[in-house]
Amino acid sequence: MKKPIAGGSATRVEVAVARPQASSRPQRPGLLENERVLAGVLLTPTVVLLGMFIAYPFVMGVWLALSSTSVGNPGQFVGLKNFVKAWNDSIFRTAFWNTCWYTGWATIFKLSLGMWLAILLNRNFRGKRLVRASMLLPFIIPTVLSTFAWRWMFDPTFSVLNWLLYRGGFIVNKLPFLSDGTYGLWCAIAVNTWRGMPFFAISLLAGLQTINPDLHEAASLDGANAWHRFWHVTWPLLKPVTLVVVVFSIIQTFSDFQLIYVLTGGGPANSTHLIATYAYQIGVATGLLGEGAAISLFMLPVLFVVVWLQLRYLRRLEGA
Amino acid sequence: MIIERRWKKWVYFYIPMTVFVIGTLFPFYWMFITAIRPDAELYRSWRAANNAPFWTFHPTLEHVRDLLEKTSFPYWIWNTFFIAVVSTMVSLFCGLLAGYALARLKFPMAGTLGTSIFVTYLVPPTLLFIPLADIIRSFQLGDTPWALILTYPTFLIPFCTWLLLGYFKTIAKELEECARIDGATRFGAMIRIIFPIAVPGILSAGIFAFTLSWNEFIYALVFLSSPEKKTVPVGVVSELIRGDIYFWGQLMAGALLGSVPVALVYSFFVEYSVTGLTGSVKG
Repeated sequence: MKKPIAGGSATRVEVAVARPQASSRPQRPGLLENERVLAGVLLTPTVVLLGMFIAYPFVMGVWLALSSTSVGNPGQFVGLKNFVKAWNDSIFRTAFWNTCWYTGWATIFKLSLGMWLAILLNRNFRGKRLVRASMLLPFIIPTVLSTFAWRWMFDPTFSVLNWLLYRGGFIVNKLPFLSDGTYGLWCAIAVNTWRGMPFFAISLLAGLQTINPDLHEAASLDGANAWHRFWHVTWPLLKPVTLVVVVFSIIQTFSDFQLIYVLTGGGPANSTHLIATYAYQIGVATGLLGEGAAISLFMLPVLFVVVWLQLRYLRRLEGA
Repeated sequence: MIIERRWKKWVYFYIPMTVFVIGTLFPFYWMFITAIRPDAELYRSWRAANNAPFWTFHPTLEHVRDLLEKTSFPYWIWNTFFIAVVSTMVSLFCGLLAGYALARLKFPMAGTLGTSIFVTYLVPPTLLFIPLADIIRSFQLGDTPWALILTYPTFLIPFCTWLLLGYFKTIAKELEECARIDGATRFGAMIRIIFPIAVPGILSAGIFAFTLSWNEFIYALVFLSSPEKKTVPVGVVSELIRGDIYFWGQLMAGALLGSVPVALVYSFFVEYSVTGLTGSVKG
């Protein structure tokens, strides 16, 4: 019950006390009238499904990672052997640092370009609704399918990007987009940025629209230029939305699988693997379930820190 | 109003905006132009003198026809649609009930439960696919749509629950209390008063759940194996590439046709989906 209302008009007070009376009415008090029982009933489907397909597999994943299970072989407890083996594996180390590098740069690009796009979209112009809607397309279209379009654009022989750069006079020889590990990873970062930027832009746009334009007007009267207005007015007010979006994006990017799987398949010579694609290669393609599970569990500490920071931040917001 | 000079508007607005629009939409245009281009034009050296890559004078539907007649593409579309619709409905059902309970009811452990549902949202499928494959195998669900219908809700339910929880919190409690004074049961008030008001929230949760399950890749890749049982993303990746040869015309036709359903769903409800998205971020 809200306090200020209770002190107000007489009718509101009646509403406020109505709840306890409702159960003492002559109508039969069904079991579902009890809040605890009702909550239990309403939450059962969710708890059962999530328990069976998230909690249980999680526990089983930890068990698998500590065992020598492979396809057709039940395996036995081997302690931390799988984790040690992965850490001493040079391909795994490459995959691990690739994942950090990929996540870091893609997040920086998505945030800065998304912010820029959000500021542009926040203005009034003709065709605003159409542009806003079409900007979300990369985010809506299945990643695998749009990544195929990029792979075709990066094709070693028929790349349209090479053609453009050549015609523009920027290059003489074609660039080895996906046939070189370093280029390959940067291509993946570019595609990830292309795909994730709209989500940043639309979320930040929603944040921008809650900012009172008077604030900007006041700041510009005080002589602030565009950059100062952004830094001292817009950014502080956007920070909460930004943090939430960045956390979601980090989790998605850090655990990314499909983009690399389609774009480079981890190649050339395993130089562009991410943790998830390498776990797939070991766990599913090779059939070493135990080792694969151990590799994918290496994502956990990073995800844990990110989630913990986010929860702490949300708590603080709720407390404030 | 902050007044600008004309050239400034070009430099700070029109030019960057145009670059953004072209950059965002070019891959889709490229998909389209590749899908309707005859093979003879498709594979020409990037340095060929007469190469005009951005348009074609000989549009053809050959690739589309091949895709529909010679591959299992129609099955994949149907499979994806069926799986997406059923798993969306399961998730909306669970999410509605759970979201309502967390938003409105007082019970012990409410906070803990809410937090743990939120945390499961942040557990990526790539962390769980290996043990899940084992579980699916032991339930004998491998290579059936049910493997996906039962596992997709694991990432859809938390999302739906949180989106709807936020929506329920914006609905005034007094509405429900009035209904109960008029003799409605708790359950009845929830079904007949609150759920109808929440329809916009339900729609946006549904749209996003649908697009998320249409996009899902790794579970479908690991759990399905027969060619005619696959979903669109997996089918395109694994069945349209024979050996090392990429049939780009067919691949791009597949990518285009496989994107159309989500794009349509999204464009019909663009207003709902954008408000839903922003709502979920704020919540």
